[in-house]
Amino acid sequence: MKTLADLYFAFFRIGGLTFGGGLTMLPMLKYELVEKKHWVGEEELLDYYAVGQCTPGIIAVNVATFVGYRKRGISGAVFSTLGMISPSLIIVSIIAVFLQQFMSNEIVSHAVGGIKLVVCALMLNTVLTMAKKTVTGRLTAGVCFVAFVLAMFTPVPTVIIVIAAGVLGVILCKAGRKES
Amino acid sequence: MKVFWELFYEFFQIGLFAIGGGPATIPFLMDLPSRHDWYEVIDVTHMLAVSESTPGPIGVNMATYAGFRAAGFWGGIAATLSLVLPSLIVIILIAKLLNNFSRNPYVKSAFSLIRPAVTGLIATAVWGIFRVALFTDATGAFRFPVVLFLACLLIFGAMNLKQLKKLHPACWILFGAVLGIVFQL
Repeated sequence: MKTLADLYFAFFRIGGLTFGGGLTMLPMLKYELVEKKHWVGEEELLDYYAVGQCTPGIIAVNVATFVGYRKRGISGAVFSTLGMISPSLIIVSIIAVFLQQFMSNEIVSHAVGGIKLVVCALMLNTVLTMAKKTVTGRLTAGVCFVAFVLAMFTPVPTVIIVIAAGVLGVILCKAGRKES
Repeated sequence: MKVFWELFYEFFQIGLFAIGGGPATIPFLMDLPSRHDWYEVIDVTHMLAVSESTPGPIGVNMATYAGFRAAGFWGGIAATLSLVLPSLIVIILIAKLLNNFSRNPYVKSAFSLIRPAVTGLIATAVWGIFRVALFTDATGAFRFPVVLFLACLLIFGAMNLKQLKKLHPACWILFGAVLGIVFQL
């Protein structure tokens, strides 16, 4: 029987041993949940993953919630999610204290100067990878461009842009138009 | 006490509307300094560096860091719990009510356009990060450091080399730190 503690520690391990969320977490989830614990089948896990990607929030957290709910109901969902976020809370808090104190140190501030360049490059990489996956035709390219322009040059809140895109998607689909 | 309510309000909203995982929270995090004095826009680059090189989902790490900057350890906990609360509610509802959520035609068509829109939003955030990290000097005025900009593009190019593609972001961040110390950036 899966106890709440089992769920908590399984997801604690997954959260604490994987760097980077999203897709990088899938192999670890598969190893821990499918191969080691036999809590879910591989197909099932991929289904949860698909749902996790198109629901709001952090993908890894969504998957944890889903698996936890299926295993032990609402309290299972809560404990799985807590397990997933606990390592981040501990590790990031420690680093934040450390970073605050050493920011004024000369060597650290030089290091941060170099890290900034890498963060810029990483972000460029992230957005181009996403564009390759999500911009597939004229319509999606247009939506991407309009969202970019609105966020860049107008005070329209991010939330509104996300909702408007979703509504537009449903309307266009209902009108029966096919994407070029 | 007020700061915790504000953290709850802001991060609950981020958890509810950031669709597409960790990177989707960045535009929201870049937005926060305009409403609260928790951290500055430039701090988002530090958050990203820390989040990419520590274990755990990037979005959760960033929320913890942002909350920590706002109100210390408990602020980090408040921000992170608020961020995941919408997930808990939404996923439990979906698990209860819809069996084939991700195959539902309405969901599919909504997300077919939400995804590119989010890409556009993230592109704006990337520009924002470039602006604060590269194109702003210590006094806040615009600058264009040609050498640094080219170095950044070079690193980006290197990330996409076949041999280096699998290299973990944390390795690149370490490389950046060494580069910064050697060249006194």
